[in-house]
Amino acid sequence: MATITAPPATMTKPTRKDYESDQEVRWCPGCGDYSILAQMQRVCADLGLPRENLVFVSGIGCSSRFPYYMNSFGFHTIHGRAPAIATGIKCSRPDLQVWVITGDGDGLSIGGNHMLHTLRRNVDLKIILFNNRIYGLTKGQTSPTSEMGKISKSTPIGSIEHPIQPVSFAVAAEATFVARTVDSEPKHLQETLKRAAEHKGTAFVEVFQNCNIFNDGAWDYLVAKDVRDDKLLELKHGKPMIFGKSLDKGLRLNGYRLEVVTLGDGVSEKDLLVHDETIEESSLAYMLSREERPDLPMPIGVFRNVTHPTYDGLLKSQIDDYTAKRGKGDLKKLIHSGQLWTVD
Amino acid sequence: MATPSTDSPRPKRTKETLERVTIRFAGDSGDGIQLSGNQFTMATAMAGNDLGTLPDFPAEIRAPAGTLPGVSNFQISFSEKTIHTPGDAPDVLVAMNPAALKVNLKDLIPNGTIIVNSDNFAAANLKKANYAVSPLEDGSLSAYRVVQIPINELNLKALESSPLPKKERDKCRNFYALGVIYWLYDRPLEPTLDWIAGKFAKNADVVAANQTALRAGYNYADTTEIFTQSYVVRRAQLPPGTYRNITGTEALVLGLVTGSQLAGTPIFYGSYPITPASDILHELARHKNFGVMTFQAEDEIAAVCAAIGASYAGAIGITGTSGPGVALKGEAIGLAVMAELPLVIINVQRAGPSTGMPTKAEQADLLQAVVGRNSECPACVLAASTPADCFEVAIEAIRIATKYMTPVFLLSDGFLTNSSEPWALPDITKLQKITIDHSAVPGEFKPYQRDPETLARPWVIPGMAGFEHRIGGLEKEDITGNVSYDPFNHEKMTRTRAEKIRRIAQDFPPTKILGDPSGHLLVIGWGSTYGAITSAVENVQAKGKKVSAVHLRHVWPFPADLGEILKRFDTVLVPEMNLGQLRMLLRGEYGLPVIGMSKVQGRPFTIGEIQRKIEDLI
Repeated sequence: MATITAPPATMTKPTRKDYESDQEVRWCPGCGDYSILAQMQRVCADLGLPRENLVFVSGIGCSSRFPYYMNSFGFHTIHGRAPAIATGIKCSRPDLQVWVITGDGDGLSIGGNHMLHTLRRNVDLKIILFNNRIYGLTKGQTSPTSEMGKISKSTPIGSIEHPIQPVSFAVAAEATFVARTVDSEPKHLQETLKRAAEHKGTAFVEVFQNCNIFNDGAWDYLVAKDVRDDKLLELKHGKPMIFGKSLDKGLRLNGYRLEVVTLGDGVSEKDLLVHDETIEESSLAYMLSREERPDLPMPIGVFRNVTHPTYDGLLKSQIDDYTAKRGKGDLKKLIHSGQLWTVD
Repeated sequence: MATPSTDSPRPKRTKETLERVTIRFAGDSGDGIQLSGNQFTMATAMAGNDLGTLPDFPAEIRAPAGTLPGVSNFQISFSEKTIHTPGDAPDVLVAMNPAALKVNLKDLIPNGTIIVNSDNFAAANLKKANYAVSPLEDGSLSAYRVVQIPINELNLKALESSPLPKKERDKCRNFYALGVIYWLYDRPLEPTLDWIAGKFAKNADVVAANQTALRAGYNYADTTEIFTQSYVVRRAQLPPGTYRNITGTEALVLGLVTGSQLAGTPIFYGSYPITPASDILHELARHKNFGVMTFQAEDEIAAVCAAIGASYAGAIGITGTSGPGVALKGEAIGLAVMAELPLVIINVQRAGPSTGMPTKAEQADLLQAVVGRNSECPACVLAASTPADCFEVAIEAIRIATKYMTPVFLLSDGFLTNSSEPWALPDITKLQKITIDHSAVPGEFKPYQRDPETLARPWVIPGMAGFEHRIGGLEKEDITGNVSYDPFNHEKMTRTRAEKIRRIAQDFPPTKILGDPSGHLLVIGWGSTYGAITSAVENVQAKGKKVSAVHLRHVWPFPADLGEILKRFDTVLVPEMNLGQLRMLLRGEYGLPVIGMSKVQGRPFTIGEIQRKIEDLI
């Protein structure tokens, strides 16, 4: 490991301000990114994370400006590659807490391959994917999460691509922590980020984020104040899946399909699905992420939360174990190995 | 052919002393060609000769036995004098089957010797090699000295009393053949007998059978009249020291591990499998007790990106690949240039664009390394000249990358990586330490405040409280490192990045000139052409003619004294395995007329080719 020459600083009772950098925030006024930044800073303060051990790594896109605004170490890298760069950071320095800030284009299009392999390796990274279903920084092209038929600058008569579902992708890639939250739900957002921070292994968090310039209101059909209670289902570990303004609706498994039922009239909480984020077998998490039907609510919260060995931990323990077994490398011995001969 | 009986009197034969011999072993992978070659090499090293080797594997993993694409070769050249190459053309071809003969015959010297395993020249073998008639019988080999030995039969006869099944006894035939060649060139049997004893220690019958086969082959050659004479190549006057034989890959890996140890900093090697660079990953992965981190990435881009991340965090980030992989890594290398982080990029060059000829050598990625990225994106470029030289170049790459906070290319190629030579083992206590400095002034920290001498920015790493900062691929404001679109700042930063790379030359030693420091003809090369150029120049000089040579390890920036040296010669010749890339750089940099000499056949120059060109020019 590299040698640290400066002593660690201790912050007593840090506040959000302690995590704000001196840079002027330059997202468009009204952008959902402001909310995510604010909650991230609050989470850091609440958890008292030492700034010097925090690294924010991003790729390219509006969201990827994020590291400039955090008073921590930050690396604004190239399009799609943040998970790979973060992997190198975390493997070299397991003592650091490393966050990856990405978007739907950065993380699932140009960087889709890195996302897949980072998730399956379970590198101890916290990945926040800002999903606004559009390319914002390049001014409004269709993205891999844009809906079929999307009218955008690059698809003036409608997108003919089937979108990818980020949570399904993460679950299918064997991620050990998968969650979804919403930029306009500050409490839920904060709680979700906190849980991601506390997870050991890759934590993948999709955030529904509004781009008020190029895709304004993209999530309104789910998250607008007047519909959210009936459209969002908050997953809670160990609790039945209940939603609705009057908390009178629930999700039930009927054969292989999810269905919405109304409590009462012979249907009780006992009949509902009870959320268990810790099941190794990921089919339920996957199923919950799959079906998007007008009659079904959109689940938010933690879909999956299991503990597996991390890649960086395994890499380190493999080095430690091998060194213990073989002895610390002796350079002279290494150079003098093989069949030698001497010339006098 | 007479079968010798062991009690027949030894025929009287002469011993001829030769200065240099080049032998090529050829056969199926099942014939153990690489193993035989390596054993012969070790015996030759023990005999005190200088030597060079070149294995040549088929591209196919397991081509059908006996077919032309399945032929595996191993060439060794050894001498009583210092040599620099595995030899131009073999004097002796050991062909274990018709396919091996067919593939290699064209390379043999006129009047060369062919030793064949005549048991493998039956109709079925001939058909697989597309021979209508046996070349042993149709007179087509009349220009050569052909020695036919029924190796399969003799080997089985020698192992009659072995308890091993026939299939296992048959496998010993490569040692039988090797024994014959050992007698012919007066090699000691002991290194190979010892090696067999160690290798098969778990099975005494296998040890006995292989050792018996080796001795039987030797005795067969000794007692029969199949050869009229044997040969002696006297010990070479190598500098005193302890030696081992080493390939380019092995030396490179030892260099990286040594660089890490000298720096007291772990290396992180990110790589994606690609021919001919994968062996670096395989070798490094075995050295984890030196703290070496290896990461087989999902693709070339992730490999370099993870290495950049490792450097950002304070390790020494290294990535290794071949040309197509470098193309994929280009954007990320630009990030390392912009973020000014240490990074070593190893390119084991191969032949051709796209997939090209992956197992064959070329030097055509020089311009890719120097300028092959978007915008003004300067990096340092080093090139190894011999297998053993890879050791020193690897250390130097780490030294420059960490001192100047810059990506450094290390160019090797498919020839260097597989070929081998004796290596005088260095005294590691005398190697210069690599200073790694993460310190910075608290309170006044500016990420792009440069060292006035090297222009390197401070390598401040996460974990250092009070030094939190943000960097990235966007243009930086001078000193503060804040994002800046200011036009004059961009020009200043662009020029500063270029100047930083130029200043690396201040660390280079004066350029060595082989021959007179001025004159009519200077031959200048880089990379693996070192052996052929040096031998050609020495041969011409030995005839009393004037020619000089310079070989560049530091290809970019050029050494500070190079321009002056070039001006002292009337003519400058650049032999390179591309269509004139160093020539283009030299012309561009110094505005001098430079003559090119190109070879792009996937194989190295021969000494003769370069020597003829030199003699044409003087």
